Amino acid sequence: MIIMGCGRVGSQLAIALDEEGADVTILDPNAYQFDRFLPEAFGGRKITGNAIDQDVLVRAGIEEADAFVALTAGDNRNVMASQIAQHIFGVPRVVCRIYDPIREQMYKNLGLRTIAPTNVGTRMVKEALEAS
Amino acid sequence: MYIVIIGGGQVGFYLAKELVESNHEVLVIEENSARSAEIAETLGEIVMRGDGCEAAIQEQVGTGRADLLLAVTGADQDNLVACQVAKHVFNVPRTVARINNPKNEAIFRKLGIDFTVSATSAILSQIEQELPSHPLIPLLTLSSGFQIVEIKIPEGARVAGMKLGELSLPADSIVWGVVDASGTPRAPDDALELQGGEDIVVATLVESEEALRAALTETG
Repeated sequence: MIIMGCGRVGSQLAIALDEEGADVTILDPNAYQFDRFLPEAFGGRKITGNAIDQDVLVRAGIEEADAFVALTAGDNRNVMASQIAQHIFGVPRVVCRIYDPIREQMYKNLGLRTIAPTNVGTRMVKEALEAS
Repeated sequence: MYIVIIGGGQVGFYLAKELVESNHEVLVIEENSARSAEIAETLGEIVMRGDGCEAAIQEQVGTGRADLLLAVTGADQDNLVACQVAKHVFNVPRTVARINNPKNEAIFRKLGIDFTVSATSAILSQIEQELPSHPLIPLLTLSSGFQIVEIKIPEGARVAGMKLGELSLPADSIVWGVVDASGTPRAPDDALELQGGEDIVVATLVESEEALRAALTETG
């Protein structure tokens, strides 16, 4: 299982999957993110590199990966890496986070499994406002 | 022709300038406000400030009637997305992406971008003949995913002295011709004997490139 982007969501997901016993590799161009968000006990692999570079993806084991999750702060980066994972390497499960709802809709139509945190977040805030 | 250019850096600016001079209708989308003001000052009101990957911005500049969209920012992922938005939301007939990583050429092609341009590849193909460690030069990528490559047969290669008909090449690799050491082109006849120092031109799939390189350049 490959996770691209070691921010808050990426690191939490990596830790949870690692604790469940999954074989996890996490990628980030900035190695400081690993120190910042991952505990000493993290058992997965940490790879410093840019996941829109297919050589980096191969190094992370994309050819044997069962799943790829794109969670960087950049929509375009996520979209590009996810399409490489899905269409070039044939990874069976690919999940891509996209903040821009319009872009999210377009890539969903193009066959990517997308997550739209902006829509979900807006709805949650609105519900919280209405409940208070 | 109506041409939309994404990215008003050096490449975008000079493209716009040349195209305006050849009487095309040009619109540049540039995210940086200072840069877009600079372009407007030099080339006139042909620039729109905004993120060219956003469908809303592309809509504002009338991308739906564009004949051509050129994505020439410095970031490969932004150029990919700008072209995909143009293609899938606005049905632009032809999209061109600038790329930095030459390996993205094949990826972009597979993801539906009509044409890619890479300064890295262009420079490499100029110098690769001089680099003994890079005997394979990609010449052209076809829309079908096939690549036309040129490989220099090293002196002492296992295939030197073999006839073309005797070669065992990866699947989907077909020899298109040979240029011998004196610079004479030869048709790919099965009886043609390969020699060290000759250039062989082959159509192949990107995934077979490494195997092809090995088959034609291994020595001993």
